Amino acid sequence: MARSAGAAAVVNAAIIDRPVRIAGQWRQSWARLRRHPPALVALALLGLIVLLALLVPLVSPYDYATPDWDELYQPPGYAHWLGTDGLGRDLLVRVMWGCRISLLVGIAASLVSVLIGVLWGATAGYAGGITDSAMMRIVDILYTVPFIPLVIVLTVLFGRSFLLVFVAIGAVSWLDIARIVRGQTLSLKQREFIDAARALGLSNTTMIVRHIVPNLLGIVIIYATLTVPTVILFEAFLSFLGLGVHAPLASLGTLISDGAKHMKSHPYLLTIPAVFLTLIVCSFSYLGDGLRDALDPRQRR
Amino acid sequence: MSAALLAIRGLRVSYRGSLGVLHAVDGVDVDLEPGEFLGVVGESGSGKSQLLLAILGLNAPGARIAGSIRYRGEELVGAGERALGRLRGARIAMIFQDPMTALNPYLTIGTQLTETMRHHQGASRAAARRRALELLAAVHIPEPERRFAQHPHELSGGMRQRVVIAMALSCDVDILLADEPTTALDVTVQAQILALLRELRTQTRAAIVLVTHDLGVIAEVADRVLVMYAGRVVEQARVQQLFDSARHPYTEALRRSIVPLTGPLPARLPTIGGQPPNPAALPPGCAFAPRCAYAFDTCATAPPPLTQAGPDHLRACYHTGPLGRIR
Repeated sequence: MARSAGAAAVVNAAIIDRPVRIAGQWRQSWARLRRHPPALVALALLGLIVLLALLVPLVSPYDYATPDWDELYQPPGYAHWLGTDGLGRDLLVRVMWGCRISLLVGIAASLVSVLIGVLWGATAGYAGGITDSAMMRIVDILYTVPFIPLVIVLTVLFGRSFLLVFVAIGAVSWLDIARIVRGQTLSLKQREFIDAARALGLSNTTMIVRHIVPNLLGIVIIYATLTVPTVILFEAFLSFLGLGVHAPLASLGTLISDGAKHMKSHPYLLTIPAVFLTLIVCSFSYLGDGLRDALDPRQRR
Repeated sequence: MSAALLAIRGLRVSYRGSLGVLHAVDGVDVDLEPGEFLGVVGESGSGKSQLLLAILGLNAPGARIAGSIRYRGEELVGAGERALGRLRGARIAMIFQDPMTALNPYLTIGTQLTETMRHHQGASRAAARRRALELLAAVHIPEPERRFAQHPHELSGGMRQRVVIAMALSCDVDILLADEPTTALDVTVQAQILALLRELRTQTRAAIVLVTHDLGVIAEVADRVLVMYAGRVVEQARVQQLFDSARHPYTEALRRSIVPLTGPLPARLPTIGGQPPNPAALPPGCAFAPRCAYAFDTCATAPPPLTQAGPDHLRACYHTGPLGRIR
């Protein structure tokens, strides 16, 4: 073998007279993403919103919580760029805090649910048989647990905390992903490269983590980016019921529900947070679309 | 006999289906010697692939495997996943039919090549990479460094099959099982892959079992041939003997259905009339009897046993006379 390897190396040396550019997997993906304008715009927009959400509250002279009784319901203007609300609090600062909270809840809870869902679904699908049945019946049972009472029970048990919102949302939203991933895994298992990998004697964990999960990336990313906006809306719903974020802290959801009460007299209180929510939600959709294409190595450049 | 690398005795693989119990492999005895090149021929459904899969315990779930497969004395039938996992890829490797689907589309060639070595031999990343590049060169893939970083879709079918072969060889295996490795490739590439298999055999000490339905492929590479029909071995001989003097009517019929390279072309190429038997309802006697030109009464009574028909030559047939051109 060594002799022919040597011969081939000589041939190669003749073919390659310039250094071979070995692009890493991530760099290739990035190169493909750059060719997807909507995803790039979405990424830039998200980056900008994150940056603003982090910086504005630090820079602004105003505070999200302190009322100012001389400045009630100020329309957007020089002193308050986006106006003030019914307690005279600066809307710009409040919206930026809202973005912080909503993005944090949305991304963290989605990550948690994707992680649990993918591992659960891939394990069930790969194992098959009784394990599969048992794991999926557990999912079925959890589906029947009503969400709101669950959150209330959690609140009673653990007290009101921000963390709870993640746990509650994560606990219900991984079920869908687990089902989708299990289905995909069942069909992947029939593919020959899975047999081939088994014939190479790889362990089950290696098979799931290295051969099944990467092939699920596309569908998982789409689902994850769809989950982020859903979770953001979920959080708004919880906050509305008084189970999520509490005044004076606000998420985009609470800002919108507050603004809706005054939409006839002071429409900017509704439209401004709504615009930010829309931008975030749309950006995630387009970014997901672009990422799915970019992370699939079969896509030609 | 005891020196055999792999000794298969009375192997049966059966599936319980809606039509009853289906015997995919029905009592096969084979020995594989170290470094030997064994060809297995048969038509679709003759059990040749199931035989290979049984060696690694990779048959579809629901398969019942009976009999004995001993690798260096170690019994593989009924061995646990853990024990089989230590052999798979490390001592016995398998090459699959379709290189288009046998590689994971999401992982680079390099990742897939090094994975086995890292798993079985605990090789370091750098060592595995060095060996992988060597292997790619050994299977004649130009620019190994560039291919190492590429994904399967960037390679042609022939190159992918070379990668699959490199993967199978990565751990210095004793036995290489190849399940129709050239069927999915076009003819010129087929020839290259066969040449590669032949070359690798002289360089490594691995025994190769090649399953195919193409007698031409067998003639080109194998030392010894096993002809299977309906889950049984009907003839077993050295390749030269098999082509010069086939002693089973099925082998003879197969041989005659090859386009002759010299002499006048027949107006119609002889074919084997009828259909292979339904594996869930095999005839009580010889499974080939309904299609056999030499069949007589005895053939319908019981399956003929494998008997000696010459040195290193076994066949399962009641017909004792010569196999002439009677049609």
